[in-house]
Amino acid sequence: MNKLPLIIKREYLAKVRNRSFVIMTFLSPILMVGMVVLIAYLTKINDNQKRIIAVFNESSYFSNDFHTTESSSYVLFKNISLQAAKDSTTKIGYYGLLHIPNENELEKVAQRAFFYTKEAPSSTVVDKLEDIFQDRLRERRLQDLGVSTEEFVSMDKKYEINTATFEGQQNLKGINEIKAIIGGGFGYLIMMFIIIYGGFVMRSVIEEKTSRIIEVIISSVKPFQLMMGKIIGTSLAGVTQFAIWIVSATLLLFVAFSIFNIDPSALNSGAEVTNGIAGSMAPPVPSPNQTIQAYAQELYKIPWFMLICCFVVYFMLGYLIYSSIYAAIGAAVDNETDTQQFIFPIILPLMLAIYVGFFSVFSNPHGPIAVGFSLFPLTSPIVMLMRLPGGIGEGGVPLWELVTSILLLVMTFIGIVWLAAKIYRIGILMYGKKPSYKELFKWIKY
Amino acid sequence: MNNILVTKEVTKQFGKYTALNKVSLEIPKNSIYGLLGPNGAGKTTLIRIINQIIYPDRGEVYFDGVLLKPHHIAMIGYLPEERGLYKSMKVGEQALYLAQLKGLRKSEAKKRLKYWFERLDVGDWWNKKVQELSKGMAQKIQFIVTVLHEPKLLIFDEPFSGFDPINANIIKDEILNLKENGTSIIFSTHRMESVEELCEYIALIHQSEKILDGKLSDIKKAYKNNIFKVGLEVENSEALLKELSDKFHLTASEINPFENQLDFTVQLPTNDSGEILAFLTNKANINQFVETVPSANEIFIRTVQSKDANE
Repeated sequence: MNKLPLIIKREYLAKVRNRSFVIMTFLSPILMVGMVVLIAYLTKINDNQKRIIAVFNESSYFSNDFHTTESSSYVLFKNISLQAAKDSTTKIGYYGLLHIPNENELEKVAQRAFFYTKEAPSSTVVDKLEDIFQDRLRERRLQDLGVSTEEFVSMDKKYEINTATFEGQQNLKGINEIKAIIGGGFGYLIMMFIIIYGGFVMRSVIEEKTSRIIEVIISSVKPFQLMMGKIIGTSLAGVTQFAIWIVSATLLLFVAFSIFNIDPSALNSGAEVTNGIAGSMAPPVPSPNQTIQAYAQELYKIPWFMLICCFVVYFMLGYLIYSSIYAAIGAAVDNETDTQQFIFPIILPLMLAIYVGFFSVFSNPHGPIAVGFSLFPLTSPIVMLMRLPGGIGEGGVPLWELVTSILLLVMTFIGIVWLAAKIYRIGILMYGKKPSYKELFKWIKY
Repeated sequence: MNNILVTKEVTKQFGKYTALNKVSLEIPKNSIYGLLGPNGAGKTTLIRIINQIIYPDRGEVYFDGVLLKPHHIAMIGYLPEERGLYKSMKVGEQALYLAQLKGLRKSEAKKRLKYWFERLDVGDWWNKKVQELSKGMAQKIQFIVTVLHEPKLLIFDEPFSGFDPINANIIKDEILNLKENGTSIIFSTHRMESVEELCEYIALIHQSEKILDGKLSDIKKAYKNNIFKVGLEVENSEALLKELSDKFHLTASEINPFENQLDFTVQLPTNDSGEILAFLTNKANINQFVETVPSANEIFIRTVQSKDANE
């Protein structure tokens, strides 16, 4: 009779019934939303703090340059002495006083202007004031060169180049980064899952050792069965948790959609619009609304089905590899404090994958570093997923890289699980001392 | 086949360390077999091999006449020295889980658990968590789980450690009862006196090797060395003691003048006690005359010493 389902069931129930697990599962989404709301709220409070700046303008310039904005407003002083202006600014409690002296040249005025504050002023305020002077100075110089104000305004307009593929399809700026972020999100999910649930597997093994039930159990089942049952049961509990999170996240997303008035079904019809454009020689310059639609459409075109399939494959293999290492570590030690020296080398490739992934995949998804790390089995689950939103084949990840990466991962999976099972088998029966790497190596040979 | 378990030259090495060296045992059916030896002798390694937790490097193990196979696990019950339960699991649920791991169906396991829980008076613990139980209570649960699947062979590694005397007696009675019902039992312990009274057969393991095995009564007979313990009631004990010392080889003596009592042990050249009895008959009232039988511990020490002397 196969006892694996029994073990999986027990491990799953033991995890899911755990009070802290239940609390974490239902509290985390609330906490996350709460955090976002809190951050938004705090930012708002910060923005709401309006700074009032007194302007004491004795010159003939800058009569029309200080406009009240959301974060700052200006009060003009006239016909008083500088000292009186300073005094009243402090008395009323304005943020600061900008003194513009009377000179006959703009350059001199700008040079002699002073901004007085109680303490060192915030850099955003100073930047804003400097911009005002800067604009005025530039305008003046251009005037000296014979450029009219209207010409200056039209020249100052920011220019953005329109890009398109040879087929005439509109290209979108930053879409590669967005794709990498989506892939990175998946990769990050895998890393978090491995670290959290690998840790659970490890603690569960340690618990069996410290409660001394391990020998009772392995006189009934093979250590390998117990290890796999534990890994699978714990991961199912994790999947349950993630499913709950995803469902609640989807609900929240719908709420967000309705707030920002984005119609998900419009993403679908948008695709046909582009195909119509493709025929003409030069695509028309899109309006801002069209741009958003185009981004949404581009995201819609990411091969989600393939991406999710690959996510499942990489997730399962990556998780099995790492959690069996975690299980072996749990078996080798007697208590959790002894695990540190063994855990660091596991987390290292994960961190490396995330950081290297974010840096190199962002700038060049198919560069040598990105390719290398997406082939190396300990980092491929994360890095390859970052590259995959670009698609497979032309313009995306070459098929051979994907296949090689998965094959390497499967081979590593078999090798690592075999090694981990050996360490586990010996380790669970060892009590009393913290083993060294040398001893672990010896256990493999037993 | 009269043996439930036979090991043939079982050898196990951990790296350079030899944990078992060509250990051959024959464990008869329906008996209590003591596996004795100091800590670290290799008893637990042998037991783990029998339970197929680890595998021998060389040698074979036969269970009930056939080579030991994974399916035999269901016919063996094992109470390890390092034993425990999941602390946060409920007692009943946990017992069911462990019984199912041994291959029992859930309904059957439930029925048997009910019976045992009542028999050992732990019925109202079913829904308690293990962490709420005392150590002795948890040991009772472990015992039940070990015997629940009605194994042909029961293995107890240091069974009485952790039990208070009352519970230890309850468990001892249960073990004897199981033996009456046809189960074969292996006891492993380093406290030899504790199981001596229970065991019909023993094997002594020392430094990874079996140094002695057989029926306990036979071994004891073989290790008797003609020492007799004698108690006399006599008026002039000192004079008699002197006479005795001249004639026989006394190893110890004690005089209690108030009760006219003389106790001594004597080493005779043969097992024939006729001569000393004839000598004493007319001189004193004999109120004790027994041949001393060596304990397993003594036998163990003597065997080890003679073995060391030979090397």
